[in-house]
Amino acid sequence: MPLYHNDDQAMLADSARGFMADEGAIAKQLRHFRDINCKDGFGHALWGQFAEMGFTGILVSEADGGLGMGHVEAGIVLEEIGRNLTPSPFLTSSVMAATALSAGGDELRGRYLPGLLDGSSVYAVAIDEGPKHRPERIKTTATSAGNGFKLSGTKAFVVQGASADMLVVAARTAGSDDDDAGITLFAVPRDASGLSLDSVRLVDSAMAAHVKLDNVQLDADAVIGEVDGGRAVLNKMLSAGRIGAAAESVGVGMGAFDMTTTYLKQRKQFGKLIGEFQSLQHRAAHLYSELEIARAAVIKAQQLLDGGSDKADLMVSVAKAKAGQAAGLAVKEGVQMHGGIGMTDEYDIGLYMKRDRALAEFMGDQYYHAQRVAELSGY
Amino acid sequence: MSDPDAFRGELRAWLEANCPPEMRQPVRDEDDVCWGGRNFKFKNPAQKAWLEACVAKGYTVPDWPVAYGGAGMTPAEAKIWREEMQRIGARPPLSSFGIWMLGPALLKFGTEEQKVHYLGQVARGEIRWCQGYSEPGSGSDLVSLQTFGEDKGDHWVVNGQKIWTSYADKADWIFCLVRTDKANKYQGISFLLFDMASPGVSTKPILLISGNSPFCETFFDNVSVPKEQLVGELNRGWDVAKYLLGHEREMISGAGGGDRMNTIGAILSRNSGVEDPLLRAELAMFDVDALAYGAMGEKFLDEVKVGKGHPAGSNMMKYAGTELNKRRHELVMAAGGSAALEWDSAASNGGGRARGWLRTKANSIEGGTSEVMLNVIAKRILDLPGA
Repeated sequence: MPLYHNDDQAMLADSARGFMADEGAIAKQLRHFRDINCKDGFGHALWGQFAEMGFTGILVSEADGGLGMGHVEAGIVLEEIGRNLTPSPFLTSSVMAATALSAGGDELRGRYLPGLLDGSSVYAVAIDEGPKHRPERIKTTATSAGNGFKLSGTKAFVVQGASADMLVVAARTAGSDDDDAGITLFAVPRDASGLSLDSVRLVDSAMAAHVKLDNVQLDADAVIGEVDGGRAVLNKMLSAGRIGAAAESVGVGMGAFDMTTTYLKQRKQFGKLIGEFQSLQHRAAHLYSELEIARAAVIKAQQLLDGGSDKADLMVSVAKAKAGQAAGLAVKEGVQMHGGIGMTDEYDIGLYMKRDRALAEFMGDQYYHAQRVAELSGY
Repeated sequence: MSDPDAFRGELRAWLEANCPPEMRQPVRDEDDVCWGGRNFKFKNPAQKAWLEACVAKGYTVPDWPVAYGGAGMTPAEAKIWREEMQRIGARPPLSSFGIWMLGPALLKFGTEEQKVHYLGQVARGEIRWCQGYSEPGSGSDLVSLQTFGEDKGDHWVVNGQKIWTSYADKADWIFCLVRTDKANKYQGISFLLFDMASPGVSTKPILLISGNSPFCETFFDNVSVPKEQLVGELNRGWDVAKYLLGHEREMISGAGGGDRMNTIGAILSRNSGVEDPLLRAELAMFDVDALAYGAMGEKFLDEVKVGKGHPAGSNMMKYAGTELNKRRHELVMAAGGSAALEWDSAASNGGGRARGWLRTKANSIEGGTSEVMLNVIAKRILDLPGA
């Protein structure tokens, strides 16, 4: 398969680009909901529009009423979300939770997918248990109780957790903290008794929750997939989240880069456009190369995931690490090349820097993923 | 291509029957490369048989038209060919500046007669080409070149000197930039082809910091070049040169595959044992970049074949690919420790690592320096002012 978008994908990219630049624009969404101190950190009306566009069901099978598309298509939407810093539950709900739910039984899918498809529901994922992404270690426990389970533990960095109707929670039903086996995924309703959330605002104005599970009683039908066999589903959900975050990072990097090159062509100092200075030209050209390479790594990983390749895991980590590096460079160079105005809240380039930092952490940063590349390569 | 699977099956069966086992071994040194040409000595019968089998089918240049010695494959078919070659680790049957550089230029700028004649020779591995571009006073500022061709009616008389002419001492013919109008800098250069056996042509190899090299100085002393050996229009050779440079940069970038894209962490850890956690971390970060660049190379080629992508994209590939390769060899040296310092011992295969490391320093100089590449990206892709 060639590493560029086919005609259908190019059409989707066109419509996603137009839609996001218009409806998902920074002034209309990110700044608006930040400035009114919105407890969700995103707009439900826009989420409804995502549903009307069909975006919410991109990764949901046609049999379940979705579009049955793949990670390439989800990535197209995410790149535009990144470019416009559009706050939405797309990555957690339509990419990660949808991927987990696809492994669930008919009843579970029937309970949760319609709300996702029509944009009336929001889902969050609760995986991390500390400040760094370490899904190999899961301490949250789920013990048999009655005809179901009791969950106890704490979860961190649950993005939009307080706005969610349901949380996908990874818990341990067997074994010790670092065991690969013994994991079970649960669909935990937001109003389950014993579930408490402490919602905090992050640097990028998104809301994330510290979640406490204190003997949360769930029926057996809350299990997604197999009891003790949740690691495979969890890994699938992580891959989806990682490549999705990488695609969004590329969009953030591209958005910052476009702003910056535009500025280089407008700003004058010493009687010249600053873009005439070779020191800035070379740095901009280097940054362009890095972003193009990151984008290539992302589409390669998306295609491998969609094709079910056994090389997908390696390439997903390559893509997440590379996209994190490239976008990180784009926002840092962006602020520096803008000079003083780049430090002001009024100007958008700083918002890119904030979003990039949060995305870099989400689902593992470049160090985590470079480490994973080494391990998967056998050293 | 009607049925990709059937096409793949045919190629696979043909390769199985025709690619000798010796030609499925990795290329170890210069000796293993088949360059073709009048004076080429095949290393073994397998190398000769492999070349002849591919020439008969047009597989030395699979995507060139059949009339010019190719197999007429579509971009999608050529990709399948590359994948099937890669699958069995087959060596390229023929390596040649004629294929990588002159060929694309002739396909675009040559007359029908030139295409049939010269491209056919290239495809069959009969003539080995070298490139006469740089001069002692014209490196990054190539367009200032001074080698001059004086108009003598039906021929030019060429005088001057070229430098960094790879394999000039082994090549049969040269494609050469020659000034034909001293009054006009950009539109005063012509793209000429001529025989290195012509009276007045001499070469002298250049010793590099890495040791022996294929590079030569090449001298022209009243060399007579017939007018029909001009490619493109008179005084418009810079257009041909720029087009060809794009292909050279693509080649140097390693976009076509090969070891440029390979990861090194696993092999260095196995061979040298990497105990320093910071070195291991550097290797991991390198592998991330190498695999990402590999995807970029694949994407770049996919896009080139269908005319997508930016026309100046090869400059970006050249820049990123050569910088990556320099990093690779720095890490090879670091992992190798003092063993990698050995210069002429048998154990070090004649200083393979040290010489290889030093040689890579030229990657970001030859074919346009990294700084020139960044200038071109700034101007042609980013459209920055005054670039």
